[in-house]
Amino acid sequence: MENESASHAPNGSRRDFLKQSSLLTALALTPTAVIKAAENDEEIASVFEKVPLKFEVNGVKHSLSIEPRVTLLDLLREQMKLTGTKKGCDHGQCGACTVHIDGRRVNSCLTLAVMQEGKKVTTIEGLANGDKLHPMQEAFIKHDGFQCGYCTPGQIMSAVACVREGHASSPEQVREYMSGNICRCGAYPNIVDAIMEVKNGGNKI
Amino acid sequence: MIPFQYVRALKQRSAIDAVLKDKSAQFIAGGTNLVDLMKRGVTAPQKVVDITNLPLKEVVLKNNKLLIGALALNADVAEHPFVVKHFPLLSLALQAGASAQLRNMATTGGNMLQRTRCPYFYDTVLPCNKRNPGSGCGALEGYNRMHAIFGASDKCIAVHPSDMAIALAALDAVVLVSGAKGDRRIPFTDFHRLPGDRPEIDNNLVRGDLVVGVELSQNAFSKHAHYLKIRDRASYAFALVSVAAALDINGNTINNARLAMGGVAHKPWRLFTAEKFLAGKPATEENFKAAAALEMQTAKAYEHNKFKLTLAPNTVVEALKIAAKV
Repeated sequence: MENESASHAPNGSRRDFLKQSSLLTALALTPTAVIKAAENDEEIASVFEKVPLKFEVNGVKHSLSIEPRVTLLDLLREQMKLTGTKKGCDHGQCGACTVHIDGRRVNSCLTLAVMQEGKKVTTIEGLANGDKLHPMQEAFIKHDGFQCGYCTPGQIMSAVACVREGHASSPEQVREYMSGNICRCGAYPNIVDAIMEVKNGGNKI
Repeated sequence: MIPFQYVRALKQRSAIDAVLKDKSAQFIAGGTNLVDLMKRGVTAPQKVVDITNLPLKEVVLKNNKLLIGALALNADVAEHPFVVKHFPLLSLALQAGASAQLRNMATTGGNMLQRTRCPYFYDTVLPCNKRNPGSGCGALEGYNRMHAIFGASDKCIAVHPSDMAIALAALDAVVLVSGAKGDRRIPFTDFHRLPGDRPEIDNNLVRGDLVVGVELSQNAFSKHAHYLKIRDRASYAFALVSVAAALDINGNTINNARLAMGGVAHKPWRLFTAEKFLAGKPATEENFKAAAALEMQTAKAYEHNKFKLTLAPNTVVEALKIAAKV
């Protein structure tokens, strides 16, 4: 059982006991007001056990220690300072947090970071080649595919995947396969134009 | 989100054992629904068991049956060449659900186990018998535009939100389950349950049960199948009403019909009465209308969802017309 499960409390009752007793100790020593604050305060939340995570972000290997409840979005933004990926709704409804995991677009807000062990993550910061923008970034600028720009990193990550998946054969198909990215400024026509130009350019992106 | 213990299961048995040992433990796969529910405080497991490393991702043909692993991603199943060719209804239903990003995350098992999107279930300050048994149903006398017209109770009028499950119900899929007492097979139409007096229970699984896959038998419905989803926007919205329609047609005569509706009940709603009516009859709009009307006799609407009494039969007829190509 123990070698079948890579639990982070692998030794059953003893670790469970230690965890529970340390948690109880922490609670016992912590004033009520602070416990209440702990619900929102990441500093105080560090009384809870952290777990190791090894993964790759934009081609760089990272070895971190994180709480299991941390989403990939919060890890990228708050701990790794990769703030290009945006937090919009934080509930998988807007697509602002879109990143690629092992080449596939996902909502990082609904992804637990701890589950990304060994995975390769690409964010908007990893798209350009040095100072040279990715063709999709160039196309968004050329076609004015944004107004306020808040949804743009998610739109571009989603757009790159949309073309790579082969789901950009027509403006109609682009609209359907980009429906997970909401733009409240309403730049949709220009976003579709940008994606179609990259698709019709025929270059491998 | 409250803190929880994370367990990464490497064997199916250890995953099941981990959940059996802890009453609040939950499996996690794609996480698209569970993480959201945990953020909102709707559910608060003290232990989360990650099953994504289990070997349940395959989609394979075995003994003339299609086996879809519980961890096969919605996007992959939707575009699997065998699914597209032989089970187009399932492919269409999967593609009608969620967004491209979510379909890259959501699994076959997780999709069927997702919870209702009833706003009273999601808002922890409002009454909801499903989230907090005994607290009442906020939707019954509240805003119930999205809610059920079939099989509801005065305890709960929520609907099941899955598109995939509607197609699987129509196709008579079988859910493969592994649990404390070994393996068992549950016909899809018996998998989910109606709310009755226990709306907190969505399906007939018991603690420790792990959905390991779905089995589909080859059928004669692949040439005449359609999934029609009616929603408030063109894409990326839950169904107001959806219809999975599959016909086995010889000449102009319907040998067999399979019909299921989404957005109308606590479970995928099979239209057995309409199916029975259509068997042996010509595939005409008149017959489709008569079949839909028969089925609607048991429908019951609430203050804000009366439009479904018209939308539902119209959607049935339209889906059948597209499926039959008439």
